[in-house]
Amino acid sequence: MASRLMALWEWFDARMPSVAQEWRKHAAEYYAPKNFNFWYYFGVLSMLVLVIQIVSGIFLTMHYKPDAALAFGSVEYIMRDVSGGWILRYIHSTGASAFFVVVYLHMFRALLYGSHKEPRELIWIFGVLIYLALMAEAFLGYLLPWGQMSYWGAQVIVNLFGVIPFIGPDLALWIRGDYVVSDATLNRFFALHVIALPLVLLGLVVAHILALHDVGSNNPDGVEIKKNKDAQGRPVDGIAFHPYYTVKDTVGAVVFLAIFCIVMFFVPEMGGYFLEANNFIPADPLKTPEHIAPLWYFTPYYSILRAVPPLFDSQFPGVLAMGVAVLILFLLPWLDRSPVKSIRYRGPYYRIALTLFVVAFLILGYLGIESTTVWGQFATTEGSLMDRMLDTKDRATWVARLCTVLYFAFFFLMPWYTARDRVRPVPDRVTM
Amino acid sequence: MKRLLVALLWAPATLLAAAGGYPLDPAPIEPRDLVSLQAGARTFVNYCLNCHGAQFMRFNRLKDLGLSESQIRDNLMFGAGKVGDTMKVAMSAKNGKDWFGVPPPDLSVIARSRGADWLYTYLRTFYRDDTTPSGWNNALFPNVAMPHVLWALQGERAYEVVERTDKAGHVSLERTWMQRTPGSQSAVEYDRTVRDLVNFLVFVGEPAAQARKSIGIVVLFVLGVLFVLAYAMKKAFWKDIR
Repeated sequence: MASRLMALWEWFDARMPSVAQEWRKHAAEYYAPKNFNFWYYFGVLSMLVLVIQIVSGIFLTMHYKPDAALAFGSVEYIMRDVSGGWILRYIHSTGASAFFVVVYLHMFRALLYGSHKEPRELIWIFGVLIYLALMAEAFLGYLLPWGQMSYWGAQVIVNLFGVIPFIGPDLALWIRGDYVVSDATLNRFFALHVIALPLVLLGLVVAHILALHDVGSNNPDGVEIKKNKDAQGRPVDGIAFHPYYTVKDTVGAVVFLAIFCIVMFFVPEMGGYFLEANNFIPADPLKTPEHIAPLWYFTPYYSILRAVPPLFDSQFPGVLAMGVAVLILFLLPWLDRSPVKSIRYRGPYYRIALTLFVVAFLILGYLGIESTTVWGQFATTEGSLMDRMLDTKDRATWVARLCTVLYFAFFFLMPWYTARDRVRPVPDRVTM
Repeated sequence: MKRLLVALLWAPATLLAAAGGYPLDPAPIEPRDLVSLQAGARTFVNYCLNCHGAQFMRFNRLKDLGLSESQIRDNLMFGAGKVGDTMKVAMSAKNGKDWFGVPPPDLSVIARSRGADWLYTYLRTFYRDDTTPSGWNNALFPNVAMPHVLWALQGERAYEVVERTDKAGHVSLERTWMQRTPGSQSAVEYDRTVRDLVNFLVFVGEPAAQARKSIGIVVLFVLGVLFVLAYAMKKAFWKDIR
C-alpha cells in the first residue's frame, strides 16, 4: 500500500514538480527565527479563522435566503430545522468576532516588534489591505441576518458615505441600490459578502505570505537572521517552518479552538457583543431603534466619528477623521524613524506612546458601545465661560476627544519621537 | 499587558438594566425542568397562541420536552394542522393591527430579544387602568397595546408610583401594588405559572440550547486530549532547539 502511494506520488511529482518545490520553499525549507513568542501565533490563527469562515459560510449559503421577506426566517430555519445548522451559524458568528480579535492582536505584534519596518513595508501594506477588506466583509455580512441592528447599522454606515461633499448622496444611493436599505441592498451585499470580498481576501493573504517569505520573518528581537548564515547558507538562528512551527502552531491552534468553542457552545451571544439582542427583532424600516451601536470591532472608529464636532452642520469632518484613522496605518513604515525594530531595544518615548495608543484605542472602543451620556455631564453654571465654550457637556464625548487626539498623535508625532528616542544596542543574534 | 488585552477583548458583558425604568426581577427559570417546560407549553398554547404566533417553531419540536407526537396533537394542538406545522396564528397581521393598534409580535425569538428577566417581570406587572383602550396597563412597558391575558389567573391589581424626595434632595420612586379582585391562583402560584411560561419561551427562542451545551462539553474534552498530544509532539520536536 505504502509503496503504491509512493509510486503514485512519484508519478505526480515527475509531471508537476512545482508542488514539491513550493512545499520546500514555504514550509520544509523556509527558515523562521527560533525565538517566536506568544504574539507570533496570531498570524496563523488569522488564516485558521479565514478557513473556518469560508467553510462554515459555504454551508450557510446552502440554506440562507438573500431576500428581505425570507432572510430573517431562513436564519431561524438554519437554527432550528437544518441538521447541525445552529453549529454552522454559531461558528460563523463567533468566527467573525474571533477574526477581529486575532487580527488586532496580530497588528499589535507588528507595533511591538517593528514588523512594519524596512524591509517588510510591503507585507504591512498587504496586511492593512487585508484589514480593510475584512472590515468590508464584516459590515456586508452583518446585514444578512436582516434583524433590526443589521438593518439600521447598514443604514447608518451607508449614510456616512452620503456626507462626502459633492459625490456623497449619489455614492450612498449607488451602494444601496435604492433610496433606503432594501431588498436590493441585501441582494448585492450577499453577492459581495460570499463571492467578491472572500476572493479579494484570499488574494491578499497570498500576497501577504509571499511577501513575507521573500524577505523572511521578523522576530521579538528585531534581528535580521539572514545576516548570520551557516556553511549551507541557512540562517543559524532559523529553524525550518515545517516541522518546528507546524507542530508549535498546532498547539496554539488547539488552545485557540478551545477558547473559540467555549464561546460558541456556552456563550454564543457573548453578552450581546457577538450577537446583539436587538438583532433578534426582524428588520423594520419604519421603526428606528433607540440605540444603534456597531459591533465591538468597529467601535473605536465609531467613537472617533462621534467625537469630532460637525462643521457648518456637516458630519463630514467626523467621517474624514474616521477614514484617516484607518488609512494612516498605510504610512506607518515611513512614520517610524527608529533605527531599531523591537520594543525590547527601543527607548521610553516609543514605549509610552504605544501604551497610550493602546489605552486610547480600548477606551474609544468601550465608549463606542455606550451612549455618549454614559459618564454623565459636566456641571457648569449657566452663562459662565465654560458653559458657553463647551459644545457638549457629555463627559464621555470629551474623553473620546482626548483619546482621538492621542490616537492621531501616536501617528503624526511618530517621526519626531521615534527619531529622538534613546535606543539600546541590538544584539547580533536572537535571544531565546 | 497581553493578559490585560486578552481579558478586555473577551470580557463578558455586564448587562445594564433599563435606566430609570421598572426594575427587572430575575427569572428563576430552569431550562432542564421538563415538567416546568410542559406546563409552560400548555399556558402558551392556551393563552398566547391565540394572538401571537411562533412561526419558526414546529409543534413536533416539543418532543424535546419529553412529549410524544400523539400527546402534542391531542393536548397542544386545537386546529386540524399537522404535527410538523409551525406555530402560526389564525389571526392575520391586518386584523391584529385593527384590533390592537399594532400586530402582536411573533414570539419565536422574543426571549432572545427581550431576555427572560424582562418577560418574567412584564407578565407579572399588569394593572387596571381605565384610561387605556384595553383597560389594562403595564408597569414595565407603559401603555402597551396588549391587555392582561392572564388576568383570570392573577386577578385585577392596581399600581401606584409616588415620587419621594428625602431631606438630602434625592428623588426615589415608591411603587405600591394592591390586589383589587382575587384571581384563580395565589401570588406564588401565578409566579410559578409565569416562570414556566418564560422557561418555555426561552426554549422556543433556541430549541438547540441544551444540545449545544452537552455537545460543547464533548468537544472541549476532545480538544483537551488533542492538546495533550499536540503539546507532547511539540516538546519532542523542539527538544534540541535552544
